Amino acid sequence: MPEAVSIRITVNGVTYERSVEPRLLLSDFLRGELGLTGTHVGCEHGVCGACTVLVNGDSARSCLFLAAQLDGAEVKTVEGLGTAQAMSPVQKAFHECHALQCGFCTPGMLITTMDILSKFPDADDEQIREGLSGNLCRCTGYQNIVRAVRMAADNIKAQAQEEAAS
Amino acid sequence: MKPPPFEYLAVDSVDAAVGALAEAGGDGKIIAGGQSLLPMLNFRLLRPSVLVDINRVPDLAYVRDDGDRIRIGALTRHYMLQTSELVAAQLPVLHEAMQHVAHLAIRNRGTIGGSLSHADPAAELPMMTLLLDANLDVRSASGRRTIGAQDFFLGALSTALEEDDMVVAIDVPKLPARTGWAFEEVSRRSGDFALACVAVTLSNREDKFGRVRIGMMGVGETPMRASEAEALLEGQPYSDGLVDAAINAIRASVEPNTDLHASSDYRRHLVGILAERAIRKAWTRAMEGSDA
Ligand SMILES: Cc1cc2nc3c(=O)[nH]c(=O)nc-3n(C[C@H](O)[C@H](O)[C@H](O)COP(=O)(O)OP(=O)(O)OC[C@H]3O[C@@H](n4cnc5c(N)ncnc54)[C@H](O)[C@@H]3O)c2cc1C
Ligand code: FES
Ligand code: FES
Repeated sequence: MPEAVSIRITVNGVTYERSVEPRLLLSDFLRGELGLTGTHVGCEHGVCGACTVLVNGDSARSCLFLAAQLDGAEVKTVEGLGTAQAMSPVQKAFHECHALQCGFCTPGMLITTMDILSKFPDADDEQIREGLSGNLCRCTGYQNIVRAVRMAADNIKAQAQEEAAS
Repeated sequence: MKPPPFEYLAVDSVDAAVGALAEAGGDGKIIAGGQSLLPMLNFRLLRPSVLVDINRVPDLAYVRDDGDRIRIGALTRHYMLQTSELVAAQLPVLHEAMQHVAHLAIRNRGTIGGSLSHADPAAELPMMTLLLDANLDVRSASGRRTIGAQDFFLGALSTALEEDDMVVAIDVPKLPARTGWAFEEVSRRSGDFALACVAVTLSNREDKFGRVRIGMMGVGETPMRASEAEALLEGQPYSDGLVDAAINAIRASVEPNTDLHASSDYRRHLVGILAERAIRKAWTRAMEGSDA
C-alpha cells in the first residue's frame, strides 16, 4: 500500500485534517469522506463539468484533482454558496430563471458561474456561453442557464452600486 | 473509474523533481495541471509507481520579456497565458490560439509544460511552438539541454523527452514588427480538441511574400509545418492562383486519420479551407501593418 498523505484542507470555511490515500480524487474525498454530496460526478475525465468546485478561488474539476495535492488549500463546493432559506445571488437567479430541471449539472453550473462572474464581471452573452461551454446539461437546452448568469451578473452589479451609494 | 495506486511526492525544487524521476527509474510521472494525466489514470491507461507533483515548485509559472524572446515557465497555466498582456502584444497569434484551449476550469489548472509533454496531436500549444520556432529547456538529473520544437514531437503522445526529463521553460522568439498572422480552427464544440487547425505568420516584403510559416494540426500524428506550401509562397507576389497552389500542396501532403469525429477526406478538405482563410487573413494583416 502506498504511504498515506496528511492534509489540512478548508472546505466551505471548515478546516479538516485527514490522512488520505494518494489516489483518492478530490471528488470522492468531498463526497465520501466529508459527506458533501452536492458535488456531482458524471464522467471522471474532465468532460462534463458536474464536479466543478472552487480551489483557492478558481474553478477546477474535482475529478482531476487528488485530495493529496490540497494540503493548505481552500475549497468551496455548492454547499458553501448558500442555503434554501438564504440563497446566494447566483442560486436565486437560477431559481428565478428556471435554469435547472433534474439538477444534476446544477452544482457545476453554479460554481462555474461564480468563477465567470469573478473573472469577467462585465461578461456579455458570448463570454457567458464560452465560460459555460465546459459544462454539459442534458435537460434545459442552456437558454435559461445563460439568462440566469446574465441576471446574476446584473443583480450583483446593482447590489455593489447600491452598497457604494449608501 | 478510479486511478490505480501510486506513491505521491510533492517536491519544492526542479532538482528534487528530476532527482525523484531518476530514482523512480522510468516508472515515475510528473503531475503538473493533471488535466491530461488524471483522465489517463482514471481510465487506467497508465500505472506509474510514483507521481512527482511540481505544483509547489516556486518560480516555474511566469511569462517574461527576455529581449528578442518571450520566456514562459513550464508551470504557466493556460489561463495565465491566455490573459498575458505580453503575449497579446508580442505573440498575438498565440494569444488567439489560447482562446481555443479547453474550458475555463481546465485552463485554470492545465499548464504549457504539461500540454507539450503530453503531445496530443490535436492540441493547440504543440502546434504553436512548432509554428513559432520555440525551444524547450529540459532538465534531468544528468544535466540540461535545449530541444527545438521541430525535434520535439515524435508521434501521437510521443516526444523527445526521456523518462527522467522535465520541461522547465519554453523560449519563443518575438514576431518581427508588421508580421501578419492568423489562426483558424474548427472543432465540434467550443473548447473541444480541434478537427483541424491552421495557423500562419508571414511578412510582406515589397508586395511579395517574405518569410512564411504555416503550422497545422489535427491532420496527422503530430503537429506539422507545411514546408512545401511555405516555399511556394515565399518571394512570390500575392495572387489567387498562388494561394490555390499552396492549398493543393497542403492537401496533398497530409494523411489525416478517420475517427469517430470526422473522416480522413473531410479533414483533408477542411485543412485546405482553413489554410486558405488563414493565408488570406494573414496577408491582409501584413498589408495593414506595412502601411502603418
Ligand atoms: C475536457 C478537456 C478538454 C480539453 N481540451 C483541450 C483543448 O481543446 N486543447 C488542448 O490543447 N488541450 C485540451 N485539454 C488538455 C489540457 O490542455 C491539459 O492541460 C494539457 O494537455 C496537459 O497539461 P497539464 O499541465 O494538465 O499536464 P498533466 O496532466 O499534469 O501532465 C500531462 C503529461 O505531461 C507530463 N508532464 C507535465 N508537466 C511536465 C513537465 N514540466 N516536464 C515533463 N513532463 C511533464 C506528465 O507526466 C504527463 O505525462 C483538455 C482537457 C480536458 C480534460
Ligand atoms: S465528473 Fe469531473 S468533469 Fe465530469
Ligand atoms: S438540469 Fe438536468 S442535466 Fe442540467
